[in-house]
Amino acid sequence: MKSKKLFILLALMLSFSLFLAACGTSDDENEQDNEDTNEQDSGDTNGQDDENADASDTDFTVAMVTDVGGVDDKSFNQSAWEGLVAFGEEHGLTEGEGYTYAQSDQDSDYEPNLQRLTMNDYDLVFGIGFLLTEAIQNVAERNPDTMYGLVDEVAEGDNIVSLTFKEHEGSFLVGVAAALKSESGKVGFVGGVDSPLINKFEVGFVAGVKSVDPSIDVDVRYAESFDDASRGRQIASSMYDSGIDVIYHAAGGAGNGVFNEAKDRKNSNPDNYVWVIGVDRDQYDEGAVTVDGEEHNVTLTSMVKRVDIAVQDISNRALAGDFPAGETMEYGLSDNGILVADTNADAYTDDIRAAVEEWEQKILDGDIDVPFTHDQLETFLEGLE
Amino acid sequence: MGNKLGSLFKSTKLWISLFSIILGLFAGAIIMLLFGYNPIEGYIALWNGVFENRYFGGETIALITPYIFSGLAVGFAYRSGLLNIGVEGQLFVGWLASVWVGTSFELPAIIHLPLAIIVAAIAGGLWGIIPGYLKARFHVHEVIVTIMMNYIALYVTNSLIRNVLSERAERTDHIANSASLKLDWLTEFMSFSNIHMGILLAVFAALFYWYTMERTTLGFEMRSVGINRDASQYAGMSVKRNIILSMTISGALAGLGGAMQGIGMYGYMTIHSGFTNIGFDGIAIALLGGSTAIGIVLAAGLFGFLKVGALNMQAGAGVPPELVEIVTALIILFVAAGYMIVLFREKLLKLFKRTKIDDQNENKNVKKEGN
Amino acid sequence: MDYVIEMLNIRKEFPGIVANDNITLQVKKGEIHALLGENGAGKSTLMNVLFGIYQPEQGKIRVNGEDVEINDPNVANELGIGMVHQHFMLIDTFSVAENIILGNEPKKLLNMNIDLSKAQKEVQEISNQYGLRVDAKALVRDISVGMQQRVEILKMLYRKADILIFDEPTAVLTPQEIKELMQIMRSLIKEGKSIILITHKLDEIMEVADRCTVIRRGKGIGTVNVSETTTQELASMMVGREVLFETEKTPAKPKETVLSVNNLVVKDNRGVDLVRGLNLEVKKGEIVGIAGVDGNGQTELIEAITGLRKAEEGLVKLNDKDITNLKPRKVTESGVGHIPQDRHKHGLVLDFPIGENMVLQTYYQAPFSKRGSLNFKQIYNYADRVIKEYDVRTPSSQTLARSLSGGNQQKSIIGREVDRSPDLLIAAQPTRGLDVGAIEFVHKKLIEERDKDRAILLVSFELDEILDLSDRIAVIYEGKIVAIVNPEETNEQELGLLMAGSKKKVGEA
Repeated sequence: MKSKKLFILLALMLSFSLFLAACGTSDDENEQDNEDTNEQDSGDTNGQDDENADASDTDFTVAMVTDVGGVDDKSFNQSAWEGLVAFGEEHGLTEGEGYTYAQSDQDSDYEPNLQRLTMNDYDLVFGIGFLLTEAIQNVAERNPDTMYGLVDEVAEGDNIVSLTFKEHEGSFLVGVAAALKSESGKVGFVGGVDSPLINKFEVGFVAGVKSVDPSIDVDVRYAESFDDASRGRQIASSMYDSGIDVIYHAAGGAGNGVFNEAKDRKNSNPDNYVWVIGVDRDQYDEGAVTVDGEEHNVTLTSMVKRVDIAVQDISNRALAGDFPAGETMEYGLSDNGILVADTNADAYTDDIRAAVEEWEQKILDGDIDVPFTHDQLETFLEGLE
Repeated sequence: MGNKLGSLFKSTKLWISLFSIILGLFAGAIIMLLFGYNPIEGYIALWNGVFENRYFGGETIALITPYIFSGLAVGFAYRSGLLNIGVEGQLFVGWLASVWVGTSFELPAIIHLPLAIIVAAIAGGLWGIIPGYLKARFHVHEVIVTIMMNYIALYVTNSLIRNVLSERAERTDHIANSASLKLDWLTEFMSFSNIHMGILLAVFAALFYWYTMERTTLGFEMRSVGINRDASQYAGMSVKRNIILSMTISGALAGLGGAMQGIGMYGYMTIHSGFTNIGFDGIAIALLGGSTAIGIVLAAGLFGFLKVGALNMQAGAGVPPELVEIVTALIILFVAAGYMIVLFREKLLKLFKRTKIDDQNENKNVKKEGN
Repeated sequence: MDYVIEMLNIRKEFPGIVANDNITLQVKKGEIHALLGENGAGKSTLMNVLFGIYQPEQGKIRVNGEDVEINDPNVANELGIGMVHQHFMLIDTFSVAENIILGNEPKKLLNMNIDLSKAQKEVQEISNQYGLRVDAKALVRDISVGMQQRVEILKMLYRKADILIFDEPTAVLTPQEIKELMQIMRSLIKEGKSIILITHKLDEIMEVADRCTVIRRGKGIGTVNVSETTTQELASMMVGREVLFETEKTPAKPKETVLSVNNLVVKDNRGVDLVRGLNLEVKKGEIVGIAGVDGNGQTELIEAITGLRKAEEGLVKLNDKDITNLKPRKVTESGVGHIPQDRHKHGLVLDFPIGENMVLQTYYQAPFSKRGSLNFKQIYNYADRVIKEYDVRTPSSQTLARSLSGGNQQKSIIGREVDRSPDLLIAAQPTRGLDVGAIEFVHKKLIEERDKDRAILLVSFELDEILDLSDRIAVIYEGKIVAIVNPEETNEQELGLLMAGSKKKVGEA
């Protein structure tokens, strides 16, 4: 008797959920309709570009796996995704079929995510961030017929291309900008986790600052985290308190705390002289703050790593059958893989722009070898004296 | 009589758990519907995400393994009345210790592997002794000590990796094969997933946990101290000794969980920019499993299943990762809220019983009893 | 018949136990009806059925002649049934008036505010009507236990209850307060209320009740007119056999000294000396009773002897062996049994089965364990034997200690401590909260043990008990034994004076 009542209850619930599910399906259809129209729209746009891509012009598929930062990290994961989206639109692919991403919530998700995309027959799979190095090597070894791309680190494997950036060169140039912008003679660097990759940013930045004026102090600190914004804010706060007026961050999500601190200071007194230099993407939007109806922006410039361009470039090469398997692609100033943002025209003055361009030319000409390890930095600084 | 009652109770418990899971799935389905996703597709993707092929089955088991250890670690302390929030930190030191043994020595596997495991357990145990001793000797609350020890563990291991176990790199070398828990044929059989022998150790640890808690004088003391410290002291048990011992064993179990990552899943240790959450999830796993060995193993299984399956909800059904997290959290929440369901059931039964009593009373004469 | 309450053939089962088996209770209008039974007989269950907390499996409830279905305490309230709980349901930091109106607050019109002044006026009116003196404005935490109880009664009256259930109302009261309560009950009857009085104290029934229904082990035994019965008859109805009110015992034959305490100094938790140079001896085959007002060092003395508390100075010897400041386990092993004063806090692990509680001190010894592994078969065999021997009423030895009645919990502790045959048995308040049947049992056991040549140290705040059981009485005052008296040659008055420290006798132990 007891179980009968329960049975009825369960049956009721089951039928209710089926009912709901049915509703869900119809919703889904609607959505698909929407998607279709969207696609047609985008097709039209493409048509205007005279690119003859009404439908997908290829069955080539590409996907990426984020690191724990997630796809909307306002940093290189997001940048890489923008590259894939651009590639998809260029060739009329559908999201979820032609190109897609998988988000990782923890370190143990990397391998399953890579493996899953491989099993779903994606031709090219990117791993975004050095954290995926080991995972992508393992998966690539097991699946020799799939192409892989790793961003930010060199991986070994015949079917892997490694995409690295000369972050030290870009960091050198924003160092120049920081040195020229600083009035107090003190600038700061906030790193994510103390590691060879982030050391490249740090070393390049210090070298750039000292090249302009060896007497400027550079305070280097690490948040020991890429996602702890409060830690980043704490460090920024103590830096600004100590008289530092320009901070360059290479700390992912933790760097958002640096922006928040600077904006807060600007907000409480618009005359406060505080600047942030962004990283990976042009972080101009992160620095916007409105005080008493007047718009300010604390982002002096950003060291932009065009992960999107790199990802799009490799995808196109793979599509064209020109996949640089086993190679390490190093993007730098020369191929616009690295650039210094000049969006904030008010702050990034012509003087600064001129100086940065001058130093850039020196690097391109090979007059300067920008250091990227602590040892090289030491030698470099000795050479300055 | 006793046995009959026992089995009745147990079956009720099982019933509650199953019902909770169904309710959780149902709540998750509503959420998915609200956001315009098809829950049936979503759940099929969840299921397939684990059982579709051997690779993901293997990954799931590899993920469950440290969960079992962290759940047992929390449960062991909990049974003796202590809240070990420090499993996360104990796991870190165990992980590092196992990798240190794995990378620094050249020994035959028969010695190397057990050595790495034992050293990890010792490291975790030592990390557990500190809060245990402070609690027993100075009455410092273990929660605050263990939380702080987590941070110490995180940054000390990072620093050691950077400066001692590598030359300013972000990860250690790979351990020697002789210290690895991975078996070539097993890895191959499970489509090269990260499955390793640690799952056997985890099951063995669960058996050890059950036997120690339920069948030994040590467990008797732990449970007694856990429920009533005063009465245990009156009965001649040493409360201090039990607190220290319990935290040590709990820490050792957590350290073994770290070894599962160090010489099992990864074979190395990277610098961590934050906690792994395996230790914190262990709290939920232990409470979900009622701090019993079998309960913890099942709860760890549920966690692992949901975590791996959820990845496929993104890939297979297009549900965004945030929504997937909400759905899995709901399922766990409903399982945890099993008590709510017991109440619900009482009401239902009450409603039903009353009608029965009325029927019977009509056929009965009211008698007055005399003396 | 004009009954206000009729509970007919009530049956209530819990897993493994029938708490109420075909019980009938009929209460006339305007009477005080006593409900008598031992601890665990099923009185509380029956009243919880009436109050809507439990649903009976069988039976019918009528209020004022009409069939009713009480499935919720709110229904009971609407029917005019009110309960004064043994443990008061009051909020300490609220005033008396606030507590009384809680849940039935008078509201100002179109306003969510509680009309406190109106509440205070109403409370004062009812309190005058029934002669229940309370200060409506005082905070509950500041008033005496007796007044708190009056607040509970007023709460019921404020809700217009006509049938009042008193659950063991005198357990927490002083003799003076008990007299006042009896007065209040009588005046309530005069105002037309009916009362159900739950108790196991026979004197109270004889004094105040009109009729009495007796239940035993879940069964209704019968209802009697109090004027036509005697204490003896009620007691035997309740217990099921003749009850001896006078403890029978032969004169003691004390032998060699078992326990000797010399110049003992013990501090309490705050670091104050509570035992200040105490001397005491207990010999084989005698019961030494310690009489004293609570807080004069009794607890600290016992804890120091059993190793639970550090002795600052002095010597404790057992059978001529120094056991001062040994670990509790060592003290137990050298032959001391201890029935602690607070059985819930110190005596039992309530969430352990009763069987495992039976080996709480001895689990590590053979045959209960071997090389660190427990032998549950031996443990439960042993527990079953003790349970049977000491008449612990429990569905099984696997039942949690928590679900046993107080008397049965105490019997199980006594069984555990006595069965180890310790040379010295310390019994602290061994009959606190127990009913006559259980008290008789405990007293008999203690005397039996004495006659088996055990030394027994009894601490009790009940002078009757001290006088009945002791072979020698040691009066403790401010941490010292101030007098040793022979129970045959003293009386309550003299003991009372000694305990208050006003008269000194030979200070030798």
